Amino acid sequence: MTLAPGEAPTPLPVRRVLGVAAEAWPRILMPVLIGALSLGAWEWAVRANEIPPYVLPSPSVIWATLLRDWPSLSVSLWVTLQITFAALAVAAAAGLALAILFAQSKWVELSLFPYAVVLQVTPIVAIAPLIIIWVEDIRLALLICAWIVAFFPILSNTTLGLNSVDHNLVDLFRLYRASRLQTLLHLRLPAAMPYFLAGLRISGGLALIGAIVAEFVAGTGGRASGLAYRILEAGYQLQIPRMFAALFLICIAGIAIFLALSLIQHLALRRWHESAMRREG
Amino acid sequence: MQEGGAQGGRPLVVLRGVEKRYAAGTLAVRGVDLGIGRGDFLSLLGPSGCGKSTLLRMIAGLTAPSAGAIDWPSAPHDAKGVAEPRLGFVFQEPTLMPWATALANAALPLKLEGVARSEREARAAEALARVGLGGFERAYPRALSGGMRMRVSIARALVTRPDILLMDEPFAALDEITRFRLNNDLLEIWQETGFTVVFVTHSVFESVYLSRRIAVMAARPGRIETEIAVPAAYPRGEAFRTSAEYAALCRTVSLALGKAIEGRHAA
Repeated sequence: MTLAPGEAPTPLPVRRVLGVAAEAWPRILMPVLIGALSLGAWEWAVRANEIPPYVLPSPSVIWATLLRDWPSLSVSLWVTLQITFAALAVAAAAGLALAILFAQSKWVELSLFPYAVVLQVTPIVAIAPLIIIWVEDIRLALLICAWIVAFFPILSNTTLGLNSVDHNLVDLFRLYRASRLQTLLHLRLPAAMPYFLAGLRISGGLALIGAIVAEFVAGTGGRASGLAYRILEAGYQLQIPRMFAALFLICIAGIAIFLALSLIQHLALRRWHESAMRREG
Repeated sequence: MQEGGAQGGRPLVVLRGVEKRYAAGTLAVRGVDLGIGRGDFLSLLGPSGCGKSTLLRMIAGLTAPSAGAIDWPSAPHDAKGVAEPRLGFVFQEPTLMPWATALANAALPLKLEGVARSEREARAAEALARVGLGGFERAYPRALSGGMRMRVSIARALVTRPDILLMDEPFAALDEITRFRLNNDLLEIWQETGFTVVFVTHSVFESVYLSRRIAVMAARPGRIETEIAVPAAYPRGEAFRTSAEYAALCRTVSLALGKAIEGRHAA
């Protein structure tokens, strides 16, 4: 048996500028341009109308405040990030484990899934005070709050992924008398991987939101408290530029988490999954 | 070529009164008696809905018959007396794992059997080379054309050196040029290796070109209406495809298929 000439497809070459595919540049440059224009307009509006900084600080004042208060703000950022990542890690592990359990038996899924939904639809702001009362350790309480918010997308996505395996491949595994464990490891888990990673990407942002919301409710004082407390504190003291600086750090952290998880998703799937493929034309 | 067919030697698999009735009461397959000998190339030819794929799945053990028996006289049996024939199955779609390379896809059956990595990779590479994909071991399915994916699927089915290759309309989704080429390549491998093939198709031309024997099926309920032997000698090539003998055989089979379909209308 030989392959006929022309039977194998030839990959298209990619033109690169500064190491990035030429078509990707507008996707990077356009948002940057919009951002720069908006900041410029903001700065101009504040200066031209002489708006006082306790009503609306200009970007340059916020930036100066951020640099000045960096020592205390960075500590708070680190506290918030620690809770976020811990919550995300626990959510990923628990979501994956529970999804695998669901995939083993329809009965387990039928019995437990509604409660996962209950957990998801209950507003975290409403139950955070309870959790903070019940759990002695405040950091553990914050982690639980962030986990509750981050957990559901991973569970529901991974459950969907484990159940959307090509039926013919399932038959093939049966034909070769694969064990349950083999089918799980070599078929269901790899097939669920894109779904799990998509869930993780959603949960990354949610874990941060969960951590911030819980911090707002907890309102702990002292040095080792998160960014939300810095915002509350600055609000009480009418240090509006500091509020904005903390808000800015939260946004940057959220974007960084999203980008990092997108990168992980891309690296894990680029060889085979449609979502990570370069679009043509 | 060894002598094949149910009449020659000990058959590889024997179907007796095999039926499939679904829970809803539909009778998908009725009373199939069929013997398939070693080295045979049998096509199951029929219109859609005649139960040919169901019959193939029952032979594969993927669907249990509601009545009748499927015996594998010479295959090993497990502790409960269930036959464990060495099967290869090729679906209508290539059915590859998109996250695995061509080599890993072809090596899957060996991996599930617990064959050591170095050995299974060597055997999978050999199977890929046999289907003309030497040099594509590291390619992922999405980088391959439809015909090449089907070749990987065939390599995977052949990697365990099966006694019987069950093919469910494997080339139906391919363009005609690719289909002709894969027909020729399949015949070449079959002649070299001497395994048994059961080939499901709805194409008269394909069934005549490939098979030694054709079981013509009719629908509602699915059944084997008649069996036709294809006496033409192997190897068959492009010369056979354009011969008067081929045209005459196609006519015979076409008439039989027409009669099988007509019969349903009359009933």
